[in-house]
Formats: sequence, C-alpha cells, structure tokens
Amino acid sequence: MSRRTRRRIYEITLTISAPLVLLAIWEMLSRTERIDPIFWPPPSSLWDTFTKMVREGSLIDDVRVSTIRIIAGFAIGAIPGIALGLAMGLFWPIRVFLMPIASAVYAIPKIAILPLVIIAFGTGEESKLAIIALSIFFLVVLNTMSGVLTIDPSYKDVARNFGANRFELFYTVAFPGALPAIFTGLRLALGFALIVIVGTEFVSQTSGIGRLVWESWQTLAIKKMYVGLIVIALMGYVLTLGLDLLERLVLPWRPTN
Amino acid sequence: MVPATSRAIGLPKSDASREVAAAQAASSLPLIQVKNLGRRFETQNGWVDAIQDVDLDVKAGEFCVIVGPSGCGKTTLLRILAGLERSTSGSLSLIDAAGAAPTNAMVFQGRSVFPWLTVSQNVSYGLKLDGVPRKERSNRAAELLNLVGLSKFSSSFPHQLSEGMRQRVSIARALAVDPDLLLMDEPFGALDEQTRFLLQEEVLRIWEETRKTVVFVTHSIDEAMTMADRIVVMSAQPGTVLRIFEVPFKRPRELTSVRSDPHFAELFSEIWELLRVEVTRARASQEGARS
Repeated sequence: MSRRTRRRIYEITLTISAPLVLLAIWEMLSRTERIDPIFWPPPSSLWDTFTKMVREGSLIDDVRVSTIRIIAGFAIGAIPGIALGLAMGLFWPIRVFLMPIASAVYAIPKIAILPLVIIAFGTGEESKLAIIALSIFFLVVLNTMSGVLTIDPSYKDVARNFGANRFELFYTVAFPGALPAIFTGLRLALGFALIVIVGTEFVSQTSGIGRLVWESWQTLAIKKMYVGLIVIALMGYVLTLGLDLLERLVLPWRPTN
Repeated sequence: MVPATSRAIGLPKSDASREVAAAQAASSLPLIQVKNLGRRFETQNGWVDAIQDVDLDVKAGEFCVIVGPSGCGKTTLLRILAGLERSTSGSLSLIDAAGAAPTNAMVFQGRSVFPWLTVSQNVSYGLKLDGVPRKERSNRAAELLNLVGLSKFSSSFPHQLSEGMRQRVSIARALAVDPDLLLMDEPFGALDEQTRFLLQEEVLRIWEETRKTVVFVTHSIDEAMTMADRIVVMSAQPGTVLRIFEVPFKRPRELTSVRSDPHFAELFSEIWELLRVEVTRARASQEGARS
C-alpha cells in the first residue's frame, strides 16, 4: 500500500470516528440513564421512530413541502439577484445608487422581517417563498457584484483588443469571470434559506419540516423532534451536494482540490 | 489621430495580399508613424506624463523592440498602438501600403489567457468575435497550436498548463487572427530563464515564417538584442526615445549564435551605459517621492 493510500485511509477513519464516538457516548449515557432518556433518547432508538414516520407518510410530506419551498424561494431570490448583481458590477451609477440599500438590508437578520412579509403576502405559501427569496437576494447581489469587480482587468483588455463590443465583453468576460463568486454567494444563500424556512415554519405551524420539529417539541414527542433535526441536516447536505454538482457542470474550468 | 481599425476576417492571407506586404517592405514606408506622442495621467499628486514627445517609425515586417527602465511608459506606448488607450498629444498614424488601417493583436504580460475557456477556445477567441464559422475556427486553432507545440493540450483548461505553456497559448491567440501588427508586452516577463529562452527561440522561428511587423516591449537588454532588428531605448519617466540601435546580427538567429557574435558585448555595454543613467534617475526620483 502506498503512503498516499495509507494516509487517505487514516484521514477517512479520523473523519468518521468523531461523530461515531460522540454517538456512542450518548448511547451509553442514555442507556445507563446518566442522562434522562426522555429528553436524550439513545440514538439507536430513533431508527424505529424514523421508519414509523416514513410509513405514516407525514415525514415525506414535510420534507417535500419544505424542499419545494427552499428550491422555489431560492430560484425566485437568486435569479434576479444575479441579474442585479451583474448590473451593479458593470455600471457604476447603478452600483452607487443601490449600494446603501443593499448593504443596509443585507445586515438585517431576515427572519426579523417575517411579520412584514406576512402583512404583504399573507399567511399562505407566497409569504414563505417571499421570505426565502428576500433573505438570499441581497447576499447573491453583493457576491455577484464583487465577482464582477474583482475580475482581472487584463481579461477585459484582451477582449477589447480583439474588438469585443459591450455585449460580447459581458458574455465572454464579465459573466464567466464572475461565476465563481456567484457560486460562493449561492452556497452561502443555501444555508440562509434553510435557516429561514425552518424558522418560518416554526412560526406558521401548518406544514414542513420546521413545523414537525416545533410541534414534536411542544407535544414532547422528543424522538420525533430528533428525527426532524437529523432530516434537516440531511436536507442541507443533499441540497449542498446538488449545488456542488451544478457548479462542477457550469465551471469545469476551476481547479479541483 | 488613430484611424479606426477594421478587423478583417483573420484567416491566412491570400497571395495577393502577401504581394502587397512584400511591395510595402520594398518601398519601406513606415507602417507605424509616431510623432511627438504624449500621454498624461491624472494622479493624486497632479498630472503625470507617462510618455512625452515620442518619435518612432516602424517599417512593415520589422521586429522592433522597446527597452527602458520600469515605469518609463513602454506599456503605455504599446497600449496606445493597440488602441486600448488614447494619447493626449502628438499624432499616431497606422497605415499599410494599401492605405488601410493595419489590424493588430496584443500578447499581454502576465495573466491574460481566459481560465474559463479551453486552450483551443482561447486560441480561437478572436476568430469567434470576428464571426468565423466554428469549423474554420477549430481548424485554425489546431494549426496554431501545432505551431506553438501545444496540439496535445487543445482541450485542456489553462490551470492545467505551466506558465510558459499559457504564454504560448496567448501568442497563438494573437496570431490566430493573422494581425498585420503583433504587439508584445513583456510576454516572457513572468517566466523562468530557461523557459524564456525556449520561447524566444520559438518566437524567432515563428517570426521567420510569418515576417509580421512586431513591436515588442521588454526590460531585458539581452532579450532585446536577441529578437530585434532595431532596439528603441526609452528614458525614465516621462518616457521618450533616447536612441535607436540597429541590431546587426544576421538572421535566422539562434540564441547561441547571437551571444557568440563579437559585437554582442559591445552593443550590450553601449545600451547598458545609456540605460544605467536612466535607471539611476528613475530610482532617485522614486526615492525622492517616497521621502
């Protein structure tokens, strides 16, 4: 076995052993009742709860509803965000005009404007999409803008030297050059979307994975609550994976580590 | 006045236009005529003249190298020739023997190969902007990649190449549009010495094949003497032409033959004596500005 492979195996072992050790300690403490098993049920017992919830169908529904909200809200916020960010990066008057608003709104914790969003969009599905879209919009705008602004000016010179017009300059230099920064923005935005949807569902109490966690807590169905938490973590993981895949598809030219 | 450059489709020229080029070389009318050219910039400390009263003629088919201390405005001059910047005084005329504006392409220093395009897409970038059909584009790209020895890497991305290979891509990209005038701005500045030697030989070889008009900027006297028909020595800022040296070494040249020429050391010291004064002056004024 080469030194490299041995090193790799060692790395993987270390990586997975930390959560395993933690779970094992939890399991042990819970079974020996050093910690209260009602609030800290042994992790192994959660599997039964999980399969039961899947069989009842409610879990799948909750995951589906929340996932659709995240993806739709994400698209509604990110696409115009990229467009506005590009415009702000390319045209300084737009940048100077909108920058104060963008930086001010960017700094507000988005969940704080939920009441306002409900006033504007009602308590239905629209307000949930709106709060996600709003919470990621400015993040995407600012990242896209800085992506355009940090493109090496020599690339622009090359395009101009070959006679590129404004439009060609945009789609051969500004847009591809800003894409890595756009994806950095989208990655951050995904995290925000997850936080905001769970928070929103805590409050709205009608459907979704956030509602599952909150309702389980209120009814002291602690095991269900844990399953909800684990599922949220998995959703975040899978969505990030999807974004990674998209990035690799769109940016085949980036060096991979 | 800079005449508007109309970019013809950059494919290999017909024999007819080659004849024009030959006739032009014979008549030795300058392709580039620079008179009293100046460029001022506004900085925080007021107006600064990057270049001032530059006079320079470059003949068609000539390999002209500009050397000077760093910050002397060599790059500014080249960018004005490329149409990327405007002069603020004096005149520039770019006219070929047929009375048309010559096309130009520039090889930039440092990072200029688009990381988001493959090697082949980079080389055909100018052709794509000119509206050359895809098939012709890729044929032309393959031809040029062959010329610079990168055929195997046509579908690689730039990050997979070495710095020297990327600079080859940049040269191929400039040649792809078959420009009348090739402008090179310290193209080998970021390379290690051995890679630099290899690329110098390569550019010499390509120049022998194409005989394009080249304006080449460098800070290396050695490089200038290896490549040039004429060396234009510029002063420290504000940059102006101090003296023009004819380089007597016969062509086709090789690095070794040039270096073993009895006139090599003589020419080198003559240029260096001239430059030494300028470099010292440039450093003194920089240190003066700092204190």
